[in-house]
Amino acid sequence: MARGIKDKVAILGMGCARFGERWQDDADTLMVEAFEEAVADAGIETSQIDAAWLGVAFDAINIGPSGIPLSIALRLPNIGVTKVENYCASGTESFRGAVYAVASGAADIALAMGVEKLKDTGYGGLPVRSRGTTFDMVGVTGSAPGNFAQLAAAYRAKHGVGKDDLKRAMAHVSVKSHANGARNPKAHLRNRVDIDTVLGAPMIAEPLGLYDCCGVSDGAACAIVTTPEIARALGKRDLVTIKAIQVSSSNGWELQQAGGWDGSYFHTTRIAAAKAYEEAGITRPREQIDLMEVHDCFSITELVTMEDLFVSKEGEGWKDVRDGFFDADGTIPCQIDGGLKCFGHPIGASGLRMIYENYLQLLGRAGDRQRQDPPALALSHNLGGSPIQNVSSVAIVGLADA
Amino acid sequence: MTQTGILAFGAYIPRRRLQRAAIHAANKWFAPGLAGLAKGERAVANWDEDAVTMAVEAARDCLTGIDRATVDGLTLASTTLPFADRLNAGIVKEALTLGDATRATDAAGSLRAATSALLAAFESDRTQLCVAADLRKARAASEGELMQGDGAAALLVGRGDVIARVLATHSVTSDFVDHFRRAGATFDYGWESRWIRDEGYTRLLGGAIGDALAAAGIAAETIDHLVVPVSVRGVAAGLAKKLGVRAEAVADALQATVGDTGTAHPLLMLAAVLEQATPGQRILVAGFGQGADVLLLETTDALARLPRRRGVQGHLAARQPDDNYQRFLFHRGLVELERGMRAELDQKQPGSTLYRHRKAVLGLIGGRCTKTGTVQFPRSDISVNPNDRAVGTQEDYPLADRPARIVTYTADSLSYSPDPPTYYGTIDFDGGGRLVAAFAEASAADIEVGRAMRMVFRINAVDEQRDFIKYFWKAVPANEGEG
Repeated sequence: MARGIKDKVAILGMGCARFGERWQDDADTLMVEAFEEAVADAGIETSQIDAAWLGVAFDAINIGPSGIPLSIALRLPNIGVTKVENYCASGTESFRGAVYAVASGAADIALAMGVEKLKDTGYGGLPVRSRGTTFDMVGVTGSAPGNFAQLAAAYRAKHGVGKDDLKRAMAHVSVKSHANGARNPKAHLRNRVDIDTVLGAPMIAEPLGLYDCCGVSDGAACAIVTTPEIARALGKRDLVTIKAIQVSSSNGWELQQAGGWDGSYFHTTRIAAAKAYEEAGITRPREQIDLMEVHDCFSITELVTMEDLFVSKEGEGWKDVRDGFFDADGTIPCQIDGGLKCFGHPIGASGLRMIYENYLQLLGRAGDRQRQDPPALALSHNLGGSPIQNVSSVAIVGLADA
Repeated sequence: MTQTGILAFGAYIPRRRLQRAAIHAANKWFAPGLAGLAKGERAVANWDEDAVTMAVEAARDCLTGIDRATVDGLTLASTTLPFADRLNAGIVKEALTLGDATRATDAAGSLRAATSALLAAFESDRTQLCVAADLRKARAASEGELMQGDGAAALLVGRGDVIARVLATHSVTSDFVDHFRRAGATFDYGWESRWIRDEGYTRLLGGAIGDALAAAGIAAETIDHLVVPVSVRGVAAGLAKKLGVRAEAVADALQATVGDTGTAHPLLMLAAVLEQATPGQRILVAGFGQGADVLLLETTDALARLPRRRGVQGHLAARQPDDNYQRFLFHRGLVELERGMRAELDQKQPGSTLYRHRKAVLGLIGGRCTKTGTVQFPRSDISVNPNDRAVGTQEDYPLADRPARIVTYTADSLSYSPDPPTYYGTIDFDGGGRLVAAFAEASAADIEVGRAMRMVFRINAVDEQRDFIKYFWKAVPANEGEG
């Protein structure tokens, strides 16, 4: 394996816009809001940024193609701005671009921005779109909940979990995240919900009810990264460094090979997680990871991801969830900021929003929701596409000496 | 030279059977006089079916156990063809994965298009598939709405081991306009039923049958099965009596169970007769429309050896009673429902892409790696097998007739569907190959991981902006072992 990027890059500053139905704001305003916080946190001038990456998924209803919209919104000094789109991993992809630029020495200071303006579509949920002329003839253009719901049927069949048991465990995921989101001023949904409300909600895609689905919102988040040396030279004392970033893309095996993938897990997440742990030098994730922000687009996604990240044993993730292992006061809090469930999922922004929370928690700056047992290593995860064909990203950040 | 005749038959009847009482209950405030027709049920095609898809299913049923390479030609008879200028039979040909040397024609113009196609096939040296299908369309609260049904039937005609040989044929043409529909119009316009009965059925059709029997020197009382595709009560029995055909020979017009399937009806009734007939029986089949066709057939010993198929009886048994008249109206475009923005997805079909992938899209032909044996859909330059990244090793591998099983599924209430919720999921084919497929005719009680499924040819989506229909294959619940 390559040597990796562990501790080669530090986070200089981060920012996150308030997520929600930002009826009065364009994507530009959201990006400025996130950037102003980040650049102040970094303590640099905009002119010091050498290169930038922009993660955004739905350009047609959003900001249009290319990296130019970021350059214009922030009036960047004619530096190279690269737009990246990799489904729901787009935000983490922009972060990867910026981090790699610094790690390579091509840039001293780089910016990663993720943004999505989803509330101009006219309806809830993600926009329906083509997946290419060939796919459109032979593929099923299901909804996101419909695609992810299928995990549940396969998971039940494989592990012999009853419908009601799994539905209750899934409900626990959402109840927990709402409890966390209620404490976060930047979250979109800030209401607590009880388990009966979740269980009794209207069905969206069997067995996912309304509360098994994350919200849909507008949002932006960004990171400014540099080398640990430059960060210290700029006066930073407590450094959060990048321990690992790994991305794994499906190659059609899950979709096409009969008898291969069984539908109950994310093949790519297992690969990305294993590589990320190796890059970060983590051998016992269940003991070593202190915090997780995972891609909880749907409750069932979070549940099986606990296994794919090798935190829960296969087939037992639902029990860990049910037993509160991932609650804010549990062993490894998952979505301590409220997650996609409460932030909604402005695609390009989500990966950076997760890293933002991990960054705040690691530095003890998370306010009311600060984890009291001080975390040293935090993981974030995105899953773009659908269970059968997707992009999975895992980013691990931690204190410089962790 | 062996004699020309019928080699095989097949049928297709949509699963949903709309109860006529439900239709009448909604309309009796307006048309109380239709009460007499408000009994039994009629077959209704689902939103994703049309004359082409039903024809494909009937043809597949007909070709059970038959090498498709033996089929030289294909005629699709219908007065409700989805395309006015695109060979509808060509779509059927692709779906059946018949060779490009197949001669294919559409036959239309009247409800006797199918019997006329059959007559032409009898006079040909080729092995010819005659398929007929109609998706009937009538105004709400009309007699047609109650009496009609949707369905298809297919007959394979040729020489060899025929199950029924041709004794005689007869045709007359006369511009008797019992009903008509101008090109492009949606609904029929019909004349007085008493006039149609007396001048049309009795004089014109009855005359043609009588002349056919006389010319062939066949006594009416020797006819064992009389196929008269007229659903008006008493007409077929009246003709039999007038002609001297035994009353018990009058074939069931399937009015109580299916309804009048139009162009398909003489073939559908004939298929039902062939299922019950014994070797050595005489069958008279009539077609009616601006004249009449009469076909006299005699079953052979080969009938008893024909492999089992779904046929009419199998389809009659696979019924889903339905009281949802409003859904029927919506599926026929007779009422507009608020479909929401999710229905606005542009379904434009690039013609070049479809042509390039026609075997995969219309024929469900996947690929099989000649090196590893791995089967996949669709084909690709590099095999999906992760253990052997073979390049350029794939050969065509048809999947449409392979049984499959559900790997995982959902019932999606969020996506737009004309028949919500949309069931779809991943299926694995016996022998290899995997597909994420839409499920048709699915219900919560009948879908689970591991359930046996089989493939059917359906409408995948309609490009409403450009009036194009996109066809693809869907999975339906199957009996164990069915492909």
